[in-house]
Amino acid sequence: MSAPSVLYDAPGPKARARNWLYSVLFVLVLALVAYFVYAKFDEKGQWAGALWKPFIEGSTWTQFLLPGLVNTLKAAALSIVIALPIGALLGIGRLSDHKWVRIVAGAIVEFFRAIPVLLLMVFAASFYAFYTDLEADTRPLFAAVTGLVLYNGSVMAEVFRAGILSLPKGQTEASSALGLRKTQMMTNVLLPQAITLMLPALISQLVVILKDTALAGQLTIGYDELIRGSGPITGNFNNTIPTLIVVAIVYIVLNLLLSWFASFLERKLSRRKKTPRGAKMLEDAPSLVTTTTQGGSAV
Amino acid sequence: MFDFLKNPDYDLVGAFWMTIQLTFFSAIGSLIWGTILVGMRVSPVPIMRGFATVYVNIFRNTPLTVIIIFSSLGLFSTLGINLASPDSPTSLADNGFRLAVLGFVVYTSTFVCESLRSGINTVPVGQAEAARALGLSFLQVLRLIVLPQAFRAVVAPLANVLIALLKNTTVAAVIGVAEASLLMSTMVENESDSLFLVFLVFAAVFVALILPLGLFLGWVAKKVEVKR
Repeated sequence: MSAPSVLYDAPGPKARARNWLYSVLFVLVLALVAYFVYAKFDEKGQWAGALWKPFIEGSTWTQFLLPGLVNTLKAAALSIVIALPIGALLGIGRLSDHKWVRIVAGAIVEFFRAIPVLLLMVFAASFYAFYTDLEADTRPLFAAVTGLVLYNGSVMAEVFRAGILSLPKGQTEASSALGLRKTQMMTNVLLPQAITLMLPALISQLVVILKDTALAGQLTIGYDELIRGSGPITGNFNNTIPTLIVVAIVYIVLNLLLSWFASFLERKLSRRKKTPRGAKMLEDAPSLVTTTTQGGSAV
Repeated sequence: MFDFLKNPDYDLVGAFWMTIQLTFFSAIGSLIWGTILVGMRVSPVPIMRGFATVYVNIFRNTPLTVIIIFSSLGLFSTLGINLASPDSPTSLADNGFRLAVLGFVVYTSTFVCESLRSGINTVPVGQAEAARALGLSFLQVLRLIVLPQAFRAVVAPLANVLIALLKNTTVAAVIGVAEASLLMSTMVENESDSLFLVFLVFAAVFVALILPLGLFLGWVAKKVEVKR
């Protein structure tokens, strides 16, 4: 059922009138909610210009928001760069011919996929504090990246595994008929094709990572990412709500750009028709939500 | 070795009970609100479709941390919205719990909506066409024909959403709800010499909650799947 319009008949004069009525009622409800929010903001003086003005001044951005954003992006980029090879290793490990490699890789993946990223980060923060002599100001970054890598590495492992499994069996059979060794088969035949299939799912996972970096400023972790970095603004101007809204908008814009890029890539790849015959395009990462979600997970 | 488990200051069972309660109420709320959202998203009224699309795109792309902080610092501290009666002795804890559930519902319902929408796409066109040919209205088509089949198709994706939600409830620690991750973060500070044990205990409970849940819901998904 591709077009949702199969769910209802093309509206005739009566239905059109009814839809108009529903539209008007719905707009009224929305307006009521909007008015309630407006009145509540007004009552607490949240529309005062002084609260919103900092965000049209360059210094707020250059001093607090942009450094925070840079830190957020730094943690996200490091995490994906480290998580990718780990994920590839674990994913291939789960497909190994050796039973013990399969079991160990599977156990690692299932274990770290079941633990909330926040717990991993809290653990990593204390671990670095007690057992290593890292500088106190680099520890938060290490803790954040460690937590993100452990979790996302195992999610990526599942993406890699699904990607390789989705290739038609003929690819494996043809390469072993040519006398390729297992490593050669993986690196020369299977992985290059699987990665093309996986790209959209991998980029969707980036959205999840970006959202998860928001945890790194909380509890004992204390990484100066966007949310924590915006703390001084709230302290100076006592404008919690405007600050959070601006921060949320920054995240939403970044994530929408990433999602659009992912679907653009998906369309481009499917138009290229280079996907091997018989291969299925992958769905989103297994858990779209984490902290979404994310769904990837994660919701 | 596991002395810290006997310390009466650490209410491990209470913390995980809180995690389960947060998950339970948020799951129910998200399922209801997510279903309403998907109804709007495929409805014949353009403005409802627009609203649901914008809602989903905004809240799915906002980090849960921002939403949870907003519900506490924004709704409660700044706007003074209190969800618990101020006279009750547990007012502060109740209010934190309810605000957290509100935040989780706002966030998780977008994923429920998206899963259900993909479930609607798996229902063959003929089903809706036949229903319309019988003269059913849009709501009847949705309620009697399409959604029952869509729900059966998306048990597995919804299970993923539920598992993600269970893990996401740890974010409630950020606003001081006394659940598992808040307790763990206190414990690793105080019990630095048994850091690994503390982590392993918490990790083990999460694995013990999530693996059976995943397996059970996977079995349910197979069981109720519409054979086509």
